[in-house]
Amino acid sequence: MKKTYKIEVDCANCANLMEDAARKTAGVQAATVNFMTQKMIVEFSEGHEPKTVMQNVLKACKKVEPDCEIFL
Amino acid sequence: MQEIVIDILLAVVIVTAAVFRFIVGTRPDGGMTKKQKVMLTRILTASVILLILQLIPAALFARLDQVLFPTAGRWLRFAFYLADYFIIGYDILRKAVRGILNRQVFDENFLMAVATVGAMALAIYENGDYLEAIAVMLFYQIGEWFQSYAVGKSRRNISDLMDIRPDYANVERDGSLEQVDPDEVEIGTVIVVQPGEKVPIDGVIVEGSSSLNTSALTGESLPREAKTGDEIISGCINMTGLLKILTTREFGESTVSKILDLVENASSRKSKSEDFISKFARIYTPAVCYSALALAVLPPLVRMLAMGLAADWGTWVYRALTFLVISCPCALVISIPLSFFAGIGGASQEGVLVKGSNFLESLSQTKVVVFDKTGTLTQGVFEVNGIHHSEMEDAKLIEYAALAESASSHPISKSLQRAYGKKPDRTRVSDIQEISGRGVIATVDGAEVAAGNDKLMEQLHISYIPCHHAGTIIHIAIDGAYAGHILISDIVKPNSQKAIAALKNAGVERTVMLTGDGKKVAEQVAGSLHIDTVYSELLPADKVSKVEELLGQKTGKAKLAFVGDGINDAPVLSRADIGIAMGAMGSDAAIEAADIVLMDDDPMKIAKAIKISRKCLGIVYQNIVMALGVKAACLILGAVGLANMYLAIFADVGVMVLAVLNAIRCLFVKDL
Repeated sequence: MKKTYKIEVDCANCANLMEDAARKTAGVQAATVNFMTQKMIVEFSEGHEPKTVMQNVLKACKKVEPDCEIFL
Repeated sequence: MQEIVIDILLAVVIVTAAVFRFIVGTRPDGGMTKKQKVMLTRILTASVILLILQLIPAALFARLDQVLFPTAGRWLRFAFYLADYFIIGYDILRKAVRGILNRQVFDENFLMAVATVGAMALAIYENGDYLEAIAVMLFYQIGEWFQSYAVGKSRRNISDLMDIRPDYANVERDGSLEQVDPDEVEIGTVIVVQPGEKVPIDGVIVEGSSSLNTSALTGESLPREAKTGDEIISGCINMTGLLKILTTREFGESTVSKILDLVENASSRKSKSEDFISKFARIYTPAVCYSALALAVLPPLVRMLAMGLAADWGTWVYRALTFLVISCPCALVISIPLSFFAGIGGASQEGVLVKGSNFLESLSQTKVVVFDKTGTLTQGVFEVNGIHHSEMEDAKLIEYAALAESASSHPISKSLQRAYGKKPDRTRVSDIQEISGRGVIATVDGAEVAAGNDKLMEQLHISYIPCHHAGTIIHIAIDGAYAGHILISDIVKPNSQKAIAALKNAGVERTVMLTGDGKKVAEQVAGSLHIDTVYSELLPADKVSKVEELLGQKTGKAKLAFVGDGINDAPVLSRADIGIAMGAMGSDAAIEAADIVLMDDDPMKIAKAIKISRKCLGIVYQNIVMALGVKAACLILGAVGLANMYLAIFADVGVMVLAVLNAIRCLFVKDL
């Protein structure tokens, strides 16, 4: 399943770091952060609930870039 | 001297920041986020305090020493500067600490924290220049602020340009117009589009006629006429008359939504250059950090141990700190996606939809362009192109042919009907016999008319005059006597020849045409257009294998693009390196199958798309070289002690600003 989330992030390098962090989160098959449109596209692995996975993604992203925001 | 320069700079910063904060920032269209406003206030406060501190003469603090206790002035001065340092830099310090706790040590926050805390420590030790640490932090924050503002603003500007999203649809309810969200309009609703409004949803015109401006979709500025019964696609602007439209799709399925979706998501497919840069950024920052550490430690040790000189720690630590300031890869990381984003935006304004940064990149390396003939180089509509050896008036011959063929729905018959222009009076025709693969024999106005190919004439033992033109020939015989023939062919688009020449100019080395038509027709078309290679009489499956063969022939990084009309060449479109579909207005299949979609059917757009991609990639490389070059130069200058921290900051921010401005140039592609 693929879902798109609106995000807020200020610098392009931070967006890259967020992408990395999201990819490493359990339950995420693929993740792309689009800095230009301020969107995060997440593809979830089977059997994972997007809501709980996204909580972890948000946590992981906050770790690498405290200023970022994902609108769940 | 340097002090005066800094004071002047501070004054400039204060005035500019105040203007931005209180004039631009208070406007609703100023485009500043709340975060940016807060940051700007901090910059303003910190610069004012810093300037005041700079202007207080040192003697004042010296007097405090005498009045209170010996180091009072020194500590008070330090306290003021420290307060100012925290105002401007507390978030950086906090982020740096958090980064260390989260084991994300080497980011720019850490660098700035180390660099400025280091400079602060040196200043306390020497009771001197606190200015430098604060100024570096201040200018870094200004740079960051400017970056976020400039990028945010250009991001929004580009998005606005691409925004063809209709805000509302007018629905007539109880005799009055009501504006509703396009998403809520169901299929089969009649919507009203007034002059000057965007058509929000695809549909069929049930009342009214008007000119439509399709430039947002196709880049074509000539208006298109539309009347009752015509299909109309969303995204056009109604220019003259009131239109009532019966919707045939939901908003989410309408052309305008599909295009928006496509363009917005395009920059999510990353190009190789972007991947390269994000990988590079991951190595670059830690590499510079370790080099800085080495620079701080190794030379003093070497001086001390090997050369027997004084270690001179201060100088080398300072150089190492300068090094750290230059290490932020942001200019690079920001300018590449921004260039692609602007390029895709500029292209979409010209009616060229690119589905991803990666395709824009591949397109710039295109060396072989393969065309499907029908629908791309030719109109794909058969037309009567000539009437030869006619014994009677041309119009009369067409009339006989059209009437004889009136029962058939074959494309050839349709083109005859079109050439005839009137609705055939079926009562004049009787005894129609279709002879499969040959033609038709029918009685028209009492005369026996035979219309068909060579084989039909041979079957009827009528001597005929063969035609030396390429195309489909319809011989006509009336009551057994030869009456001439009609030449029907697919006509070449007016721009095709220019388009092929433009492609060659744009650096395409080879043009190839594939077609299912006969050899004679194919070679004639290819010859008139100066196409290098022709493969004719191909079945759809043969086209795929031909493209595979051509893919095998090309060398190195050269890419092969296939141009089709997207109707029945989806397998070929996906097999080629880049699939380009033309004339996609309203054709979903084409939008799905292709990597690049040309909204109208002008072949000139292919060359244009290639030129846009070349320009965009050129700018990407310029930015990479410029950013890396300036950084490398500053690193070297910093290492040998020729660059101080101010230069480092300006190198960092300046390169970023130049790169962003350069990236914006990708948007201007109208005159390519």
